[in-house]
Amino acid sequence: MYKLILSWRYLRTRYIALASIISVTLGVATMIVVNSVMAGFSHEMHQRLHGILSDLVIESMGLDGIYDHEILQAEVRDILGDELKGLTTVVHIPAMLSYKVRGEYVPHQINLIGVDAKTHAEVSDFSRFLLHPKNRQKLSFALHENGYDTHDVESGREVARRPQLKDAGWVYRRHRAVHERHQKQSQQTRQSESQNPALFENPERHETSSDTTADIPENPYLAASTTEESFFDPLKEQHAGVILGISIASVRHRSTQGQVEDYFLCLPGDDVNISFPTAGTPPDFGTGQFTVVDFYESKMNEYDSTFAFVPLHQLQKLRGMIDPATGLAAVTSIQIKLHEGTNLQAACERLRKRFPAREFPYRIRTWQEMQGPLLAAVRMETVILNLLLFMIIAVAGFGILATFFMIVVEKTRDIGILKSLGAPGRGVMSIFLSYGLSLGAVGSGVGMVLGLLFVHFINQIATGLEWVSGREVFDPTVYYFQEIPTIINPWTVSWIVAGAVAIAMTASVMPALRAAKLHPVEALRYE
Amino acid sequence: MKECCEAEPYKLLLHLQLSPENPQPSTEMQTSNAVTHHTTNQPHHHSKQNGPHFRIAPKPAQAVGSAPPIIMSTSGLKKSYRKAQVTIPVLRDVDFSVSAGQITAIAGQSGSGKTTLLHLLATLDSPDQGEIHLHGKRIDNLPTQARDRLRNETLGMIFQFYHLLPELTTLENVLTPVMIGQSVMKYWKNWRVNLERAKTLLDLVGLSHRLEHKPRELSGGEMQRAAIARSLIRSPQLLLADEPTGNLDRQTGNEILDILRTLNEQENLTIVMVTHDLEIARQADRLVQLVEGRVEEAGTVAGSRQPDVVAKSE
Ligand SMILES: Nc1ncnc2c1ncn2[C@@H]1O[C@H](COP(=O)(O)OP(=O)(O)OP(=O)(O)O)[C@@H](O)[C@H]1O
Ligand SMILES: [Mg+2]
Repeated sequence: MYKLILSWRYLRTRYIALASIISVTLGVATMIVVNSVMAGFSHEMHQRLHGILSDLVIESMGLDGIYDHEILQAEVRDILGDELKGLTTVVHIPAMLSYKVRGEYVPHQINLIGVDAKTHAEVSDFSRFLLHPKNRQKLSFALHENGYDTHDVESGREVARRPQLKDAGWVYRRHRAVHERHQKQSQQTRQSESQNPALFENPERHETSSDTTADIPENPYLAASTTEESFFDPLKEQHAGVILGISIASVRHRSTQGQVEDYFLCLPGDDVNISFPTAGTPPDFGTGQFTVVDFYESKMNEYDSTFAFVPLHQLQKLRGMIDPATGLAAVTSIQIKLHEGTNLQAACERLRKRFPAREFPYRIRTWQEMQGPLLAAVRMETVILNLLLFMIIAVAGFGILATFFMIVVEKTRDIGILKSLGAPGRGVMSIFLSYGLSLGAVGSGVGMVLGLLFVHFINQIATGLEWVSGREVFDPTVYYFQEIPTIINPWTVSWIVAGAVAIAMTASVMPALRAAKLHPVEALRYE
Repeated sequence: MKECCEAEPYKLLLHLQLSPENPQPSTEMQTSNAVTHHTTNQPHHHSKQNGPHFRIAPKPAQAVGSAPPIIMSTSGLKKSYRKAQVTIPVLRDVDFSVSAGQITAIAGQSGSGKTTLLHLLATLDSPDQGEIHLHGKRIDNLPTQARDRLRNETLGMIFQFYHLLPELTTLENVLTPVMIGQSVMKYWKNWRVNLERAKTLLDLVGLSHRLEHKPRELSGGEMQRAAIARSLIRSPQLLLADEPTGNLDRQTGNEILDILRTLNEQENLTIVMVTHDLEIARQADRLVQLVEGRVEEAGTVAGSRQPDVVAKSE
């Protein structure tokens, strides 16, 4: 009883101890904030990565790809059984993309992915990241009239202004085609006037006319070299569609008013050139013309700046992956989606067992393995940060230790009095232990509340900081997230709080022991 | 008598107090604690306070001359302090006993080991040699827990510097031994009884109007009153007092002594009181003189009488 009263009184009369606990409070708050933000980031990242990548991927090691993938698919279906949710075939190759900006070609190194529009949605959230609402519902490689989102639909707020997208689509394409035709005509007149036949043929015109996508010859190996002069009217026609990662086509910058804007170097409706290695030995170069039909914005910069999606069949044709004899088309990988809650690793092991790398030229990986280094880096960062912050709390623990020792010394005579009144050492000890416990509880409780409040209002706080400092704290030109993503994990929070309380307790154990061991006579004689 | 009045104002005080209701001559006092004189004991100079009211039954009359039973005794107590090869022998060989219902004064020069002895009696410290018996049972070698219980339940202590807990109010201070001795549950169950008893005791020492005051808001005399109330809350069989008046002016000290004496007379409380003040010591039923770590029995004090009658024979 006296223990409670006394520790309560000590608590109320010794605010200096509260000061020592402030470091615990701050440590706890910081840890909660950091963990929530890290969890938010990594969750966002995981989700995106996972959404972009399917659960399991069977890749062919060679450029030629897998011809007998139908059989492979059947086997996979057999092995995975009920766990299988979806499966799609993909051609995934490195490529070079270029588009013209003010008469000059801008090259980009990309990952060209031929996707099966019908089944691709089964294995990944691919279409979720597209800018046209209709494409998000049902993927199509046909250019839309217009109606591309001019703001970030996913976050619901405007990350960056994209006024250029307002008329993108057929509206823009027609406009451009008419404009170019006019230009060409005036150029032609000028040229015929200047009687210079050497420059008669416009290079751009030549390119568009040498388009091969509309009509593919039987022999795929001829695809690149075909120079069919079928008339292609950019006013009414499009090449095969390509969905570009948004960063391939745009640059993000800040206008003078401080607003973030995406400036597009090419828009849906523009034509781009893509060069890629063809199948066959040795690999050759193939080139194709594609019309940008949409953008892909996963907010993972790595993907947004390298991914370009084209129709699978188109790519197979262009690369010469269709066996002219059988009509079978090869793919470079099979992407597999499993039902939620399935043990990915186990499923992957089963596939590996069936297709050992020694005998089959396949690489079978889970999405985590594919993104191993990135995920590991994030995990590592979280661990290190937690370690460091826990050190801070531990340092605070030493502060508590010192303060408590001071209090025990200050209370020496009172301890003697209590002992002379028959209080056992245990009782005296528990005064200081419960004192430490309540201080720890108060400190980490306040820290928890502060941390949670901070997390809850983190974006407002960021805005406030921006206003105060005049600098963007969470710069959308750097991060693709509109807001700082946070996830509060109750378990993490309870662990942090429990850990802090434990540290405060531990710090009070030594002074409490000392108090318990004080010799009553010495304590009474203490001045 | 004359000498007494000059040298011992405390005596005079006692006489004056007797006056209105019980105009008994002071000489009656020598018939010792057996007779109860004070039905009311009002310190005249402290008119603002309610004097102690002793509602508790007076102690039974004791036949004059029959030896009171011994409550505590020591034999061959030795205690020395060692520090870095230097040994300071404080108690060399202390033998004495405390009779029930008596005030035993331990007197001696400063540094003679009075406090040390009292701490030994209170089982706060252990003697190097010798034994201490309480009711015939050895207590100096009891295990720690038993000693804690003994201090809590059987012994009461008051100190020169009052030793109240500064964070607690007067009332809480008085209740502290109860809190220590009883579990939280029991304490709450007996809350009313405990509170009643604490209030009665504070009333007894004349502090009932300062229940909620912290020690630093009290004067020395008031603190000592609170300390007395605290020492009595567990109804101890033996009260150990270490210079209870040492830090007070004579008048206040006399009030405190008055309270102690009244307790002794009316409740038959056995008191062991350490003092360096021979004036005070002589008023005790029994005087134990500590000289060079040994007990010098009565008679060695210049001008004093048989210790047993020192106090009451004037
Ligand atoms: N912890 C200790 N270490 C060494 N010597 C001590 C210690 N405690 C007490 N002493 C010595 O023991 C002797 C007796 O001390 P004690 O306090 O019992 O005397 P006292 O009779 O109560 O004196 P006073 O009348 O001044 O209170 C003193 O000489 C003191 O110096
Ligand atoms: Mg002393």
